[in-house]
Amino acid sequence: MTTTKQRMLTGNKAMAEAIAIEMERNPDVFVLGEDVGKYGGIFGSTQGLIDRFGEKRVIDTPISETAFIGAAIGAAAEGMRPIVELMFVDFFGVCMDQIYNHMAKIPYMSGGNVKLPMVLMTAVGGGYSDAAQHSQTLYATFAHLPGMKVVAPSTPYDLKGMMASAIRDDNPVVFMFHKSLQGLGWMDPLDAAVGEVPEGEYTVPLGKAKVVREGKDVTIVGLQMTMHYALEAAAKLQEEGIEAEVIDLRSLAPLDRDTIIESVKKTHRLVVVDEDYLSYGMTAEVSASVAESALYELEAPIRRIAIPDVPIPYNRKLEQYVLPGAQRIYDEVIQLMNE
Amino acid sequence: MTIPVEKAKWMYETMAKIRYFEDEMEKAYGEGKSPVFNIGAGPVPGEMHLATGQEPAAVGICAHLTAEDTVTSPHRPHHHAIAKNVDLNKMTAEIFGKATGLSKGKGGHMHLFDPAVKFSCGGIVGAGIPHAVGAALAAQMKNKDWVAVAFIGEGAANQGSFHESLNMAGLWKLPLIIVVENNEYGISVSKKASTAIESNDKRAAAYSNVAGAYVKDNDPEEMYRVSEEAVRRARSGEGPTIIEIETYRYLGHFQGDPELYREQSEVPSLREKDPILKWKNELIEKFSVPVQEIQEMENRARQAVDDAYRFARESEEPVLSSALEDVFI
Ligand SMILES: Cc1ncc(C[n+]2csc(CCOP(=O)(O)OP(=O)(O)O)c2C)c(N)n1
Ligand SMILES: [Mg+2]
Repeated sequence: MTTTKQRMLTGNKAMAEAIAIEMERNPDVFVLGEDVGKYGGIFGSTQGLIDRFGEKRVIDTPISETAFIGAAIGAAAEGMRPIVELMFVDFFGVCMDQIYNHMAKIPYMSGGNVKLPMVLMTAVGGGYSDAAQHSQTLYATFAHLPGMKVVAPSTPYDLKGMMASAIRDDNPVVFMFHKSLQGLGWMDPLDAAVGEVPEGEYTVPLGKAKVVREGKDVTIVGLQMTMHYALEAAAKLQEEGIEAEVIDLRSLAPLDRDTIIESVKKTHRLVVVDEDYLSYGMTAEVSASVAESALYELEAPIRRIAIPDVPIPYNRKLEQYVLPGAQRIYDEVIQLMNE
Repeated sequence: MTIPVEKAKWMYETMAKIRYFEDEMEKAYGEGKSPVFNIGAGPVPGEMHLATGQEPAAVGICAHLTAEDTVTSPHRPHHHAIAKNVDLNKMTAEIFGKATGLSKGKGGHMHLFDPAVKFSCGGIVGAGIPHAVGAALAAQMKNKDWVAVAFIGEGAANQGSFHESLNMAGLWKLPLIIVVENNEYGISVSKKASTAIESNDKRAAAYSNVAGAYVKDNDPEEMYRVSEEAVRRARSGEGPTIIEIETYRYLGHFQGDPELYREQSEVPSLREKDPILKWKNELIEKFSVPVQEIQEMENRARQAVDDAYRFARESEEPVLSSALEDVFI
């Protein structure tokens, strides 16, 4: 009898491995950003890369986001394939002009004549009391703006496969990784931050959601932490005889509306959960899409769970109060099933 | 130019207070985080950037300021806040996330605001500089002799906001002082590896009406002197100054930093040159302050810090619904 042993990796190692494989395959791929060299990225996304590829291809930049993200755009226009790291997504304010007026629009404004095959990777998420300027996900802020793919994988397997796809994509891709899912030794150890990751090359397509748990009674849509919370809630709901279907969105743009609508046609109930602000966010987009295409399939009003339009407070209890969690999802589903 | 003895004593007592405060914070932050470090655990969760060793920058200039003058500070703010006379009890309570804190527990260590002494700080590198420009502009418009001081790390001098601010402040001769604390690192990246100029005071040459000054070896006395001239220039309408001070980061960038990017032998040699010990000797030898008086100053500083931590620990947590307040006022 042969046993195949699964190889388990943390999220950060899965990402770094994908980058290494792509750097090996293509000399035009390079990394730049703050502390991506010896430090290996504050959230471990570039761990080990400098030892393998040297400081010419793994470049520590000054704290000059406008200049180095702008430089990634310029290099991409020359045919390079930069992976540029914005350390925390919250810092986008310093450099958003480069991101949305240039990275996102140049391909379109040039009538498709200028390609920007680049990846902007950035850490998102809170839950560890890093307060208002270091805890946001800002999923919708990016996904709202046309011209860039915006992805947010939830498992080590997808982190690796989607990073490979992002690097190979000829469009600019904003690659959001969740701090809590990187499997870092100095954060809460989460089972979800470690997972099976095959060695060698593989890709996972961008723009495709995934049904991660099948069920017939209610559809719960989430991504990254909210998807894991949804799975946790679903396990508890099962004890109450409620079968929840859980969808991992994985990509925000393009948004895989078909997978969501298919599911709602089966379950007739929808709960959308987001670790971003409530208004004008992902929960609204998903809800509107379902209302447009499958309103008469719904047997109860849609429920949305997200941060209630306040900046993220520092105090641990206040932060937990505004962030979505498994209990909140469970409670909302129970109420919804009784409607 | 000699330092008035009262100022010299204030600088000592304040540096001692800062050091006690940071040492105490190092311990408090570590609570609940061993044997396994977890950033979200303990009475003080989240990131923690301590300024142990960087005291001279804060006291050397704040010795010339009043509550009317503005200070903006970055992610490493405790030494500036203490030197600017921020309410120590409320500041400590804020860092413990308590309802009695400066921001009722919503801000935390990187987001301390005390309008009573015109102090603020923030977690986005380089963001405080334009705010100081605005404070300086307001002073000019109101015909006041107030100055605005922006403290930054040397890494922040590579941010666009630094250069844009200096251009405007030079153009308008604003009462702005930028204090660049050169602790040799921006997280893991050394100044040499990130900065295309030897020291940031030299950038003054790029703009009209901007003066530059450099302070070597974390020296409180030199920092005091250079600041005196910068504040005089600012108050008399001559324009902004950039002061860069060579200072030392004894600890990691943040608590829990593995610091694999620097030789660990670097730190003991820095600690040997400790500016507080040096200043204590100066007080005794140059300023003839009796040892007993120094002891009293140290006791007072210690007491203030102990009181603040007790206040913070004994204070109530905020009520949950307060999370939804203060979005609009
Ligand atoms: C706009 C922005 N970019 C990056 C960061 C992450 N970051 C926080 S502190 C820091 C280093 C700052 O170095 P320096 O200005 O020298 O200050 P020091 O930490 O040495 O006091 C970096 C890169 C940030 N907070 N904001
Ligand atoms: Mg520094």
